[in-house]
Amino acid sequence: MSNFFTDNKDLQFTLANLDLEEVVALREEKYAESKKYDHAPVDYKDAMDSYRRVLEVIGEITGERIEPRSRQIDEEGPHFENGVVTYHPLTQKNIQDLRNAGVMGVMLPYKYGGLNLPNTVYTMMTEMVSRADASLQNLFGLQDISETIYDFGTEEQKTKYLPQFATGEADGSMDLTEPDSGSDLQSVRLKASFDPKTGQWYLDGMKRFITNGCAKIHLVLARSEEGTSDGRGLSMFICEACPQLVVRRIEHKLGIHGVATCELQYNHVPAQLCGQKRRGLTKYVMSLMNGARVAISGQALGIAEASYREAKKYAAEREQFKSPIDKFPAVYDMLTRMKIKILASRTLLYETTKHVDLRACYVKKFENLPEGQVNEELREKQKYYSKVAAVLTPMSKALCTEVANQVAYDTIQIHGGTGFMHDFNAERYYRDARITNIYEGTTQLQVVAAIGGVIQRTLDPLIKKLSSLPYQGVLERMARELEKMHKKHLEAVKFVAEKKDSKYHDLMARNLVENETYIYVGYLMLRDALKNPAREVLAEKYVLYAVPEFNFRHEVVMSNDFSTIDKHRDIVDY
Amino acid sequence: MSYTIIVFVKQVPDTKNVTGEAMKPDGTVNRAALPAIFNPEDLNALELALQLKDRFGAKVIVGTMGPPNASEVLRQSLYRGADETVLLTDRAFAGADTLATSYALSCCAKKIGKFDLILCGRQAIDGDTAQVGPQLAEKLNLPQISYVEEVISLDKNKVRAKRAIEGGFEILESPLPALMTVIDANDPRPPAASRLMRFKKAKTKTELLAQHAGANYTDAEFIEGEMQELKKKSLWINELSATEAGADLERTGLKGSPTKVKQIMSVILKGGTFKKIEPTEEGINSLMHELIEDHTLG
Repeated sequence: MSNFFTDNKDLQFTLANLDLEEVVALREEKYAESKKYDHAPVDYKDAMDSYRRVLEVIGEITGERIEPRSRQIDEEGPHFENGVVTYHPLTQKNIQDLRNAGVMGVMLPYKYGGLNLPNTVYTMMTEMVSRADASLQNLFGLQDISETIYDFGTEEQKTKYLPQFATGEADGSMDLTEPDSGSDLQSVRLKASFDPKTGQWYLDGMKRFITNGCAKIHLVLARSEEGTSDGRGLSMFICEACPQLVVRRIEHKLGIHGVATCELQYNHVPAQLCGQKRRGLTKYVMSLMNGARVAISGQALGIAEASYREAKKYAAEREQFKSPIDKFPAVYDMLTRMKIKILASRTLLYETTKHVDLRACYVKKFENLPEGQVNEELREKQKYYSKVAAVLTPMSKALCTEVANQVAYDTIQIHGGTGFMHDFNAERYYRDARITNIYEGTTQLQVVAAIGGVIQRTLDPLIKKLSSLPYQGVLERMARELEKMHKKHLEAVKFVAEKKDSKYHDLMARNLVENETYIYVGYLMLRDALKNPAREVLAEKYVLYAVPEFNFRHEVVMSNDFSTIDKHRDIVDY
Repeated sequence: MSYTIIVFVKQVPDTKNVTGEAMKPDGTVNRAALPAIFNPEDLNALELALQLKDRFGAKVIVGTMGPPNASEVLRQSLYRGADETVLLTDRAFAGADTLATSYALSCCAKKIGKFDLILCGRQAIDGDTAQVGPQLAEKLNLPQISYVEEVISLDKNKVRAKRAIEGGFEILESPLPALMTVIDANDPRPPAASRLMRFKKAKTKTELLAQHAGANYTDAEFIEGEMQELKKKSLWINELSATEAGADLERTGLKGSPTKVKQIMSVILKGGTFKKIEPTEEGINSLMHELIEDHTLG
């Protein structure tokens, strides 16, 4: 019997120790929801108990049912014929199991058939689903689409679509990318035209690389303002699968084989506007992407977890030179680093989801204030949490997805030649991990999203709070190391900011964001160790690994080395 | 029309994780040493009942006989979609063999009254007898279809089901009410999250009393109030003692069980010596001879 929740000590630790009391009280309207809905919690304890039980159920489904099906799904994938995508029968079984468990719309309010779960709990599910079958996450994780409709749609749209999402009867896709618009979504060209006679919008054009583009309900980014060419001419639309919406082909990919990635052609597809015109990219897609970035972080972490476990198991079983290979320093060093990276990613990810949850609650509360009423405290809170979440989300995505790649790479290395062969899962994890630091914004774009907050020192209040916890002994020594790093980091940030050179700023941004991550995650690891002495060694090892990595990046930033900027052409073109 | 389906289930020790203390010296199972789980084929029976509910509309009542904490399998049933539950629990039921068990369950079915179908798992993983279902049908004087894989059709007079037989299957039709035993031929649904969040609070009277034990407000009136509140929210697990089930105490539990365990043995399977037999007339004759002597044949 494997249960991906109960067999994961760190995940259980995270749930038990991440203080969600404020989040849950806000989401549950101080537990007034329990008067209207039988399954709503009556207090925090009740809520946590329900979360744990639901996660245990998902742990069992993912461990017992989904994981054993994943290999065949990877090998055979979905089927495409005559414009129709048919998912693998085992993928359909997976979806059916998750539907039966009633977890296809978990964050939606009770009113629309959801479970009103915080993003944090949803992300834990994401992690387990991905550990079992990374490609399935691309179907399970489309819940962000219903969240977007909930956040920005009309009441009519919500009533129509949300209950379908909640039961899993409808699936969704977000249609953003086009052949010439990937990272640069401002240049999207798909045309939306309004017919005043019928009072109806129509969509014409192409979309590419659309995950689950064969879905029933689509959120589409389209150009509604003729003659514009930037992001402010784009709006968000909802349309449904229909004969005018043609799936032209599905892609053959390196990984995540289980899900169909489609090329779509819109031949005058009837659509409805979602939210206000011209805010498609600037507001709605940004919100959608932020949700998706958290989900991809969870996906990456799930792959890393699965991959690490294979490596650990193989290293213990494989004997060379008359000894299991995990007794050799070169191998156990790899395993130790992999494990620490996973723990670090997890603590950052769930600290992120907690802030994403707080932002969502306060934004909703602020927006629902009766007209004309001012509440400064609420305004400040929603602004503060939005700012913090806007830094943590890309930071998490960059860390989790890069770590997933590193871990999957090392897992193959530990397997040696065997890992290169298809007979073991190691190579699948390696292929599946590879997309995570590309889609929903490459790591390079996560750096762009996070660097502003790093320069403005958005996380300093949080770092200050964490640094003043009562550390003792080894934790105190490690806290002093982090303090030193923080001081140097502030100098580096100042150095780059005062230079006022945009190229140098862009070139050094990744180093600065990564160093910020080392410091912040270092403190999170120390904080976690305060709650459980067995974690002291984990925190210590994290900081000891971080120090030289930090110093290396710090030196690069402070070097004032412009040679890459000045001479890269000579090198690239040689 | 809507049907009433009773599913009888059993909480069993998880025999996949057997340790040395699995059996007591008297030959009965040491339940304390093993984790308790929902008997796997009973989950198949419940799944079949829930599929019938989805297809034709039905009220699904799940019953079990066991110690007070067997209520857990009833909550598990509620998470998956059962409508009502009943727990037969009493010291007088303890130590029952299949005869006494099927008698107790027949009392429970009579107490429930009107029903169209009774479903049981084919057998439980602790005893592996596959007797309780068929015995229960006999006691209730019901037609039975054992080894059911799926139900082909159901109408107000009859059920038509596909059952496994050696080397294939057959389709049988039976008038209602009927009893069916179900094999591992469907994929039991997982607990549904919203039902789990709701029915985790379902309780038996024993559990309600235990929850308030030691508090100074455990007067009858208070408990009655709590009970009504739970009933109103469908969070009540009916609990029946032997007398409440209308059972004859001579026929329940150890007293009502003619099965006597003569001896238990710890059988350890291991490779032993082997003997090579030449493929000649003579060799085969000597093999036959040995097998007959050994009572393996004949």
